Amino acid sequence: MDQKDRRRERIDRGIKVRTEGIYAIASWQEVIYLLLPRLILIVGLLILPLVMPSLYWKRVISIVSIYALLALGFDFLSNFVGLVSLGGAFFIGVGGYIAALLNNSLGLPPVLTIPLATFGGAALCTLLLLPALPLRGVYFAIVTLMYPLVLARIIEALNLFGGTDGIVGVASFASKWTEQYFIIVVAIVALFGLRRLVNEDIGLVFRGVKDNDQAIRASGLSITLYKSIAVFIASALGSLGGAYFVHLYMVAGISLFALDYSIIPIAAAVIGGGGTLVGPLLGCFILVPISELLRAFGTLRIVFYALILMMFIMFRSEGIMVYAQRKYHQFQRWVKV
Amino acid sequence: MSEGGILQVVNVCKAFGGVQALSNVSINAEEGEIFGIIGPNGSGKTTLINCITGFIKMDSGRVLYRTKDITNRAPDHIANLGITRTFQIMRPYYSLPAYKNLIIPLFSPRARRTGGWRGGGKLGDRGAVSIDILEEIGFERDSFVPYKLASSLPTGYLKRLELARCLALRPEIILCDEVFSGLSMSEIASMVPLIERLQMSGITLIMVEHRLRELFSVANRVMVLNFGQKLVEGNPEEVMKDERVKEAYLGSEKVLDYTFR
Repeated sequence: MDQKDRRRERIDRGIKVRTEGIYAIASWQEVIYLLLPRLILIVGLLILPLVMPSLYWKRVISIVSIYALLALGFDFLSNFVGLVSLGGAFFIGVGGYIAALLNNSLGLPPVLTIPLATFGGAALCTLLLLPALPLRGVYFAIVTLMYPLVLARIIEALNLFGGTDGIVGVASFASKWTEQYFIIVVAIVALFGLRRLVNEDIGLVFRGVKDNDQAIRASGLSITLYKSIAVFIASALGSLGGAYFVHLYMVAGISLFALDYSIIPIAAAVIGGGGTLVGPLLGCFILVPISELLRAFGTLRIVFYALILMMFIMFRSEGIMVYAQRKYHQFQRWVKV
Repeated sequence: MSEGGILQVVNVCKAFGGVQALSNVSINAEEGEIFGIIGPNGSGKTTLINCITGFIKMDSGRVLYRTKDITNRAPDHIANLGITRTFQIMRPYYSLPAYKNLIIPLFSPRARRTGGWRGGGKLGDRGAVSIDILEEIGFERDSFVPYKLASSLPTGYLKRLELARCLALRPEIILCDEVFSGLSMSEIASMVPLIERLQMSGITLIMVEHRLRELFSVANRVMVLNFGQKLVEGNPEEVMKDERVKEAYLGSEKVLDYTFR
């Protein structure tokens, strides 16, 4: 057949009933069809530290998991609430400093500092971002980008919290295994929790805020309230990552406000596929290790890194997971026009 | 105001820069009636609705709902009192299926408070309730239509979806901003009984409309706006005989002939 006479037709598999998220399960095969991808992901993440050859690579897995939390928060905010956030560094920094201060001045153990920093940091971030919530798109992004820069300079200029030296001597985790698995389990729970959340009724409200905020107000719901709940969730994930980070490296400094934490989650979302939640997580597990592998190239590392990113954007701009989900959930055939 | 209807609008003024969009407009809508607002393009009809529902802050004037002052309250606050509106340019949540569009208003404090389990309270499934509402408003329950993405629905269904969003809030008052516009004659013919049914269920409707014939077949009273000022108010026949109204509609008698043919 000539190229012009045919077109590609995509048909949903029969298991998918009527609308997204409702499945008719009639056999073991279909149960496996739904469970298999999820199990591969969970089991894969859990055995990852076991197959890593060295302590160095185990550390990389921990860092990747922190980025994964940020990427999940970014994807949630941008694709389900309509707030493009560059606040990764902000969330990490606030959470990290809170955990370090609680540990250093009050002597609290990580078991307490991490939850306190998670919720305290999220509350603080939400409060600081409250004036920016009516903003949309790039304007909100700029405000979230300014906060970490401002906070870092304030800490530096006023010599707060140890100034440029940072807070050293933060307690580490009790065992290597808790240190390793805590963040991986948190990332898995965050992933499936958010996936569940966006399909709950409150998640529909979030998606409504993205689609049409005036209609949300006409529906008797306060935009500011739901936006701040969403920002709280995303910044809680980031703050948790920051708190974990300071206990992992036993130091908190202004490098917590580094721009990497804002940018890499976006790149991961682009590569993994925005709006899928699992995509950005996988994107982190691809991007960050690649960046580590490229260290062999020395200064040219960033060049190769940029090239890989550009390749992805040019040839798979929809993202890996959007592509993979389409292939998995739909038949494809050529039909004659 | 002594009579004290369900919704009183007293001397509303609103200017956009140098344009006086509304000057001293007053409404007194009685409970259970259909109150029509007509007027040429740019006469301030939609602005009036925006002012009443809080989407625009008015410069001066007051809005009373059951003698309670709701002037310039936040739109979500007003919606939660049971004063709902449709948008002239439909505002569905395009990325969600039609029935999930309704889960959002069913999530509002008012629906949760007044609806009980039917409104999707603790025991109720909001999805089932929203399918019920959609059926009431003219979506076929057993078809695929309620499950389709709002972005793939035609205008007629989107207009109905706008009304359904209001109904999900169990409203006292619905302000309809041109629900008939953009519809074919047959679609309008199926909308009119719907409007009548809403009125029979005790809901007060305030309708901004360009489709005069259809409006006059349902409206109890009509107000004519022109350049932000109230020209006349009264029952449809009286209003249409008024010379000033004829003049406002470009002095065109054709419009009026068409209306009563």
